[in-house]
Amino acid sequence: MTVLPYLVAAWLFLIGCYGLATSRDLIHAVGCLAVCQSSTYVLLLAVGYRDGGTAPVFSDIAPGSRPVVDPVVQAMVLTDVVIGATVTALLLALVVQIAKRHGTVDPDELSELRG
Amino acid sequence: MSRGLRRWVLALGLLGTAVLLVLAARGLPAFGGSAHPYGERAVHAALDRHTANTVAAVTFDQRSFDTLGEESILFGAVLGTVVLLRQTRDENRLPPQPARVSPPVRRYALLALPVTLLVGLYIVAHGQLSPGGGFQGGIVVATALHLLYIAVDYRALERIRPIGLYEAADAAGEAAYVLLGAAGLLAGTAFLANVLPYGTLNTLASGGTVPLFNAAIGVEVACGVVVLLARFLDQAVEIVSTDADADADPDADADSDTDADARSHDAAGEEADT
Amino acid sequence: MTDLPLLAGLALVVAAATATVLVRDPGRQAFPLALLGLALGVLFLLLQAPDVALSQLAVGCALTPLMVLLTVRKARRRARPRGRADAAPARLRHEEEDRE
Repeated sequence: MTVLPYLVAAWLFLIGCYGLATSRDLIHAVGCLAVCQSSTYVLLLAVGYRDGGTAPVFSDIAPGSRPVVDPVVQAMVLTDVVIGATVTALLLALVVQIAKRHGTVDPDELSELRG
Repeated sequence: MSRGLRRWVLALGLLGTAVLLVLAARGLPAFGGSAHPYGERAVHAALDRHTANTVAAVTFDQRSFDTLGEESILFGAVLGTVVLLRQTRDENRLPPQPARVSPPVRRYALLALPVTLLVGLYIVAHGQLSPGGGFQGGIVVATALHLLYIAVDYRALERIRPIGLYEAADAAGEAAYVLLGAAGLLAGTAFLANVLPYGTLNTLASGGTVPLFNAAIGVEVACGVVVLLARFLDQAVEIVSTDADADADPDADADSDTDADARSHDAAGEEADT
Repeated sequence: MTDLPLLAGLALVVAAATATVLVRDPGRQAFPLALLGLALGVLFLLLQAPDVALSQLAVGCALTPLMVLLTVRKARRRARPRGRADAAPARLRHEEEDRE
């Protein structure tokens, strides 16, 4: 259990990269990129976790009464999740443009078009 | 490069990365360990400033400059999407057709809409106390508005969604964050410093500038997501290119045309009800 | 034994992520993608990160799959005439002339 979450993060990254490299469809590739992104979330939150810790919110527990998990990594992931979504939107907009210009979203066909 | 060769290069690269990642994982502090020097200091600093939700304190107080960068990326991404998905000269806008919605779906969606909207606003407003804040609440608010598309149809959504207004509000949210940061300069300390009185821990007006930053981010995220989805929906529902129009989707067009005749007075009647 | 929910959450994430990559049709991929969003939300909750879980649920289950589906719809609409004779090359030539 001491390294398992880190290995899960590594697996997410690798499988996402595999999907990106072998993808025959740019929309599918954007989905694979989202999988890659999620690996960073899992890694960061796993680093910040502590056994028996609770969420770092003191609206219902007295400060100091219980150990809490690391809020710094949570803040990083929190903003990253939302930014990731908008960047995904930007990439999908690019895909729409490519589909309009070239009539295909297959990266192999696109490189053939370029010559 | 041939497909086979490419596979081998990929396999080699992935294998190498996998080995490096596993080695790195063994060097990381063990999962669930109790040594969190940054976390402990961050919690201490957050409680010093009377912010019950320490994650909000880290995002909007201790690391607010980083958040400024993050929201600039968000703003830039929304701007880029708007530019990329604008209507070009060779494209036409088809007026969206009224659509039939089954009554249970309509009832549920119209019931869920105000509740979701309220929950979203609550999440933004209580960001400094409980889990939530501008980022999460903003998305909930934006998604809530789109329940109208599920409940009625695209025309109803368009009526409550003047895009220009949301684009302006998106920019205003970004500007408000910077101006709030500049207030720190005016108060004689530093950019983005927490200059307001900290208030009492665990009350709505605690945390100094944290709730205000939360509100600014909430406006920006909500309006940004609405604008993003509007652009995608416009592309998918309304905008058709003139050259592909005739033969691009005969089935979809025929479908909506015949349905539209049958439904138009029906939908108009239902609108009067709602 | 206390680790059991966490293990289940990790397994769910791994399964959903693998499915997201292996489902090649982007229209169908949206569903494992939404499932991945849900699985990550649950995992983050178990890792005591309710803030992150909240934003992950909203983004991963609703926003990203919706945008993917809308893009699929748009791209399919554009790509369909390509199967017919030589519609796409004709259009491409036309556009290249425009650019020059």
